[in-house]
Amino acid sequence: MLKGRHLIDPMDFTTSELDEIFSLAEKIIEDEGRFKDACRGKLLATLFYEPSTRTRFSFEAAMLRLGGSVIGFSEPNSSSVAKGESIRDTIRTISCYADIAVMRHPKEGAPKLASMYSSIPVINAGDGGHQHPTQTLTDLLTIKCLKGQFSNLTIGLCGDLKFGRTVHSLIKATSRYENNRFVLISPKELRVPDYIRKEVLDKNNIQYVEVERLEDVIGELDILYMTRIQRERFFNEEEYLRLKDSYILDMDKVNRAKEDMIIMHPLPRVNEIDYEVDEDKRACYFKQAKYGMYVRMALIMKLLGVEENA
Amino acid sequence: MLNIDSIKNGIVIDHIKAGLGIHIFKYLGLDRADYNVALIKNAESNKLGRKDIIKIENIIELNYDVLGLIDSNITINIIEDEVITKKIKLNLPEEVVNIIKCKNPRCVTSIEPNIKHIFYLVDKQKGEYRCLYCDEAYSNMEV
Ligand SMILES: [Zn+2]
Repeated sequence: MLKGRHLIDPMDFTTSELDEIFSLAEKIIEDEGRFKDACRGKLLATLFYEPSTRTRFSFEAAMLRLGGSVIGFSEPNSSSVAKGESIRDTIRTISCYADIAVMRHPKEGAPKLASMYSSIPVINAGDGGHQHPTQTLTDLLTIKCLKGQFSNLTIGLCGDLKFGRTVHSLIKATSRYENNRFVLISPKELRVPDYIRKEVLDKNNIQYVEVERLEDVIGELDILYMTRIQRERFFNEEEYLRLKDSYILDMDKVNRAKEDMIIMHPLPRVNEIDYEVDEDKRACYFKQAKYGMYVRMALIMKLLGVEENA
Repeated sequence: MLNIDSIKNGIVIDHIKAGLGIHIFKYLGLDRADYNVALIKNAESNKLGRKDIIKIENIIELNYDVLGLIDSNITINIIEDEVITKKIKLNLPEEVVNIIKCKNPRCVTSIEPNIKHIFYLVDKQKGEYRCLYCDEAYSNMEV
């Protein structure tokens, strides 16, 4: 049962609970009109303690497309939060008005704290560098819809694999399915942290390789997940100059990839994917944003426990 | 070596890692005790080289849970009529509230007023705990 639950960590739900969400999302994609009143009379509160227009729009669009309504704030300065109200008091008050809440907060664990004092479901929309579970749901629905399955895939992750939380969550989430193989592409200094290697990959006997250059491995991949590397993350200038082009996806590299490889990116991008790639059929990052809205629609419906059959 | 007479009835907290004795002493509130207590620092030990020991006269009931968190090698002997009648094995509590403070400056505990600092046990062998809010790791070897 997902009704009344919170979503704080990407691993909060079992794979079969996730399947429930994804199959509802697929029904919505198939016939969105059927769901236009699914959340009529329901109120979503968006509590954004730091601005994140993209994520907030995705949630608000999801609720509005289900016929529900939205209240909230998009930066703390404009609200009672500015007067120093505690998170506990805020969520207790919001619980009186709204049916479900979405929280983004710069401090790690803030949505978890809110969930402990909330009488309505709380969704974590990003808490500092900690968790961003609806990004993971977005990534998974994208894979499901475009690859048809979560298993037997060679998944390439490219860029900053050390600090990228979306990458860590995606590795954990896809490690729960059978026979996936990871190709981890990054400078040596920005490889995945030890705990991912030991507690996720090695522990589950998952095959993986760690390489430095995207062009060497792109031909093997079913999925290429791109992330940005900030220049200052490079160990030194020499390394940066030697490797920087390896982490920028252009048509030269895409041409070496499988015809049905999909290119994903959590957005926003800076320069890690050349604009010329956008026109290639393998570029899926804008579709991914759309799946993000659909998966949030399904998530909201499941947590509210509203009837599927309108 | 300083010699402290063995006690007739009470508790001996032994094999405390040298230097931690004072913390445990304070944690158990023994610095304010009105009964007979002794803290022995840097005693010789075959196992540890140097160790601390705490002896408490006549008191049997104490909350030991947290001691395992501080140092899981600690042994607790209950003494009655000058003989050890019970050795207590320390168990790491599943959850500890307001004992460890989260050190992660990005954690919500750093801004929310009067918040409970809650850590939960993730690895019994390693004595590893994590902050309930931000997952910051804490190992009981770190005290
Ligand atoms: Zn913390």
